[in-house]
Amino acid sequence: MDKIKSSEITPERVYLSRRDFLKSMGIVSASAAVLAACGPAANATADATLNPTEAPAMESEAPAATAQATTDELGDPLNSFEDITNYNNFYEFTTDKQRVAKLATDFRTSPWEVQVGGLVNNPKTYSIDDLRKFEAEERIYRLRCVEAWSMVIPWFGFPLHKLLAEVEPKSEAKYVRFETLYDKEQFPGQKTDIWYQWPYVEGLRMDEAMNDLTLMATGLYGKDLLPQNGAPIRLVVPWKYGFKSIKSIVKIDLVAEMPTSLWMAAAPQEYGFYANVNPNVDHPRWSQATERRIGELGRRASIMFNGYEEEVAHLYDGMDLSANY
Amino acid sequence: MKRGSWNLTPLQIITHIGAWIPLAVGLWDLWQGNLGPDIIREATLRTGKTALILLLLSLACTPVNTLFKFRTVLKLRRPLGLYSFMYASIHFAIFIGVDYFFDFRLIQDALLEKRYAIVGLITGTILLLLGITSTKGWQRRLKKNWKRLHRLVYLAGILAVVHYIWLVKQGVSDPWLYAGIVALLLILRMKPVKKWAISVLQPRIPKRA
Repeated sequence: MDKIKSSEITPERVYLSRRDFLKSMGIVSASAAVLAACGPAANATADATLNPTEAPAMESEAPAATAQATTDELGDPLNSFEDITNYNNFYEFTTDKQRVAKLATDFRTSPWEVQVGGLVNNPKTYSIDDLRKFEAEERIYRLRCVEAWSMVIPWFGFPLHKLLAEVEPKSEAKYVRFETLYDKEQFPGQKTDIWYQWPYVEGLRMDEAMNDLTLMATGLYGKDLLPQNGAPIRLVVPWKYGFKSIKSIVKIDLVAEMPTSLWMAAAPQEYGFYANVNPNVDHPRWSQATERRIGELGRRASIMFNGYEEEVAHLYDGMDLSANY
Repeated sequence: MKRGSWNLTPLQIITHIGAWIPLAVGLWDLWQGNLGPDIIREATLRTGKTALILLLLSLACTPVNTLFKFRTVLKLRRPLGLYSFMYASIHFAIFIGVDYFFDFRLIQDALLEKRYAIVGLITGTILLLLGITSTKGWQRRLKKNWKRLHRLVYLAGILAVVHYIWLVKQGVSDPWLYAGIVALLLILRMKPVKKWAISVLQPRIPKRA
C-alpha cells in the first residue's frame, strides 16, 4: 500500500502547518518532555500564548462555552460547540446522529459512580466528585469516526494513567476493559436495538491505556460534558476510530485477556480490537483513505494514527496493522 | 411529446406534485441551515432515500393493480420511475461534485473498488437506461424487448437496497425496512402467491382473461 508518498496525499496546507508546528515544538520540547502534540504547549502555537493559562473551572455555571485555542496543532479550526453537541453516534439513544441530543436531555449523570477493579491492588469506586480531584486540562484532539467523518474537539479531562496509578494494576493485568452504563429506561436503544450485545464494552492494551494521550474526558469547550457526548465521563483515544472512545463509563476493569468490544462482537470482520486510524487499511465496505471534516466541503486525506504517529506509532512496532485492524 | 396527451388523472397530479416536495423541502432546509452539521451526508442520504422510495412506489404499481384491480396506478409507473432517476442523479451529483469535489483520483482509488459504490453505480446506470427508453417511441422501437429491458427495474430495486445496506453499520435497521418492502413486492409477483392473494382479496370477482 505504499504507492503514494505521504507528501502527496497530505494537503499542502496541512503539510506546511505541520512543519511549522514541529519547528515550534522544537523550541518548547525541552520543557514538554513526553507529551508533545496536545498539551497546553501545543495550544501555544495556535494562540501564541507561551504560558498556558489555568484550565477553566469545572462548574456547571461556567460562562459561555470557550476553549483556550481556536485550532488544533495542525492549524485546523475547532468544530463549533453546536456541531459537537448535535452530531453524535451514541446508539444507546438512537442510531440517528441528529436525534441523540434531544433524546439525551433527561439523562441523569448524577449521582454517578465508576467502579475500578479487576487485577488491581487498590480497587476503588469513584464518585464524580472524586474524579474531579484529578487535575484536568484542555486537550484539543481530532476525532476520526470509522464512518470517515471527523471533527476537532477541545476536550477537558485527565490522562487515564493518573487514575490507573491510583488503583495500582497488578503485573498480570494486560488490558483495560471499559463498560458503559446499562439502563434500558434511560437508554432506549438498549431496549429496541436488540442486535447489539449491550452494554457497550471497549478495551485498550495496557500500554495504550498508559499513553499520555489517552484521556478521561469530563468536559468540552470548558463546560461539563453533555449527555450526548458521553457525560459524565468518557474515554478519548484520539489515534483510534471514534467508537473506541467509550462514553458514560461506569466500570473499568483491569484484565488479563483481550476484552471483546461491542463492535467486535457485532461484526468481527469489520471492527477489530485496535481500530487505529489508518488510511492504508480500508474498512471492508468503504475506504478509509479520506475523511470529511464536518463543516468543510470536499474531503481531506486521512492521516496515519490520526496525526498522532510520533506519540503512538512505537506501540505497534512489528505489528501487522492490516491483520490487527 | 404530443400535446394532446395532457389528460392527467388526480392521482397523476398528486404524483407530479408530491415528487417535487422532497426536493423543495431539502432546498428549504439547506437555505435555513436545517441539514445539520454534516450537510453533505444529510443531502446524500435524503436524495438517495427519496430515489429509493420513489422506485419502490413505481414497483408497487403493478401489484396494486393485480391485487385491487386499480388500473389508474399503472400510469404512475413511468413518472415515479423518472422522478426516482431524477433524485438518483442529484444523489450522484452531490457524491461526485460536492462530497468528492470532482477529485477523480480519489473517487477511483477509494471508491470504485468498494462494492457499495459499484452497486450504486449499476443501479444508477439501470435507471438511466430505463429513463432514456421510457418514451413511447422507444417502446415502439424495442417492441417485445422493451418489456424485457424494463424488467431490470426489479434488479434496480434490489440493488438500491443492497447499496443502502452496505453503507450502514451492522444493526442499523432502516435499510432492512426497505429490503422487506422490496421482498414483499417481488413475492407478490410470484404466480402462486399472486393467485392466493387475489383469491383472498377478490373472492367474488370472477377471473378475467
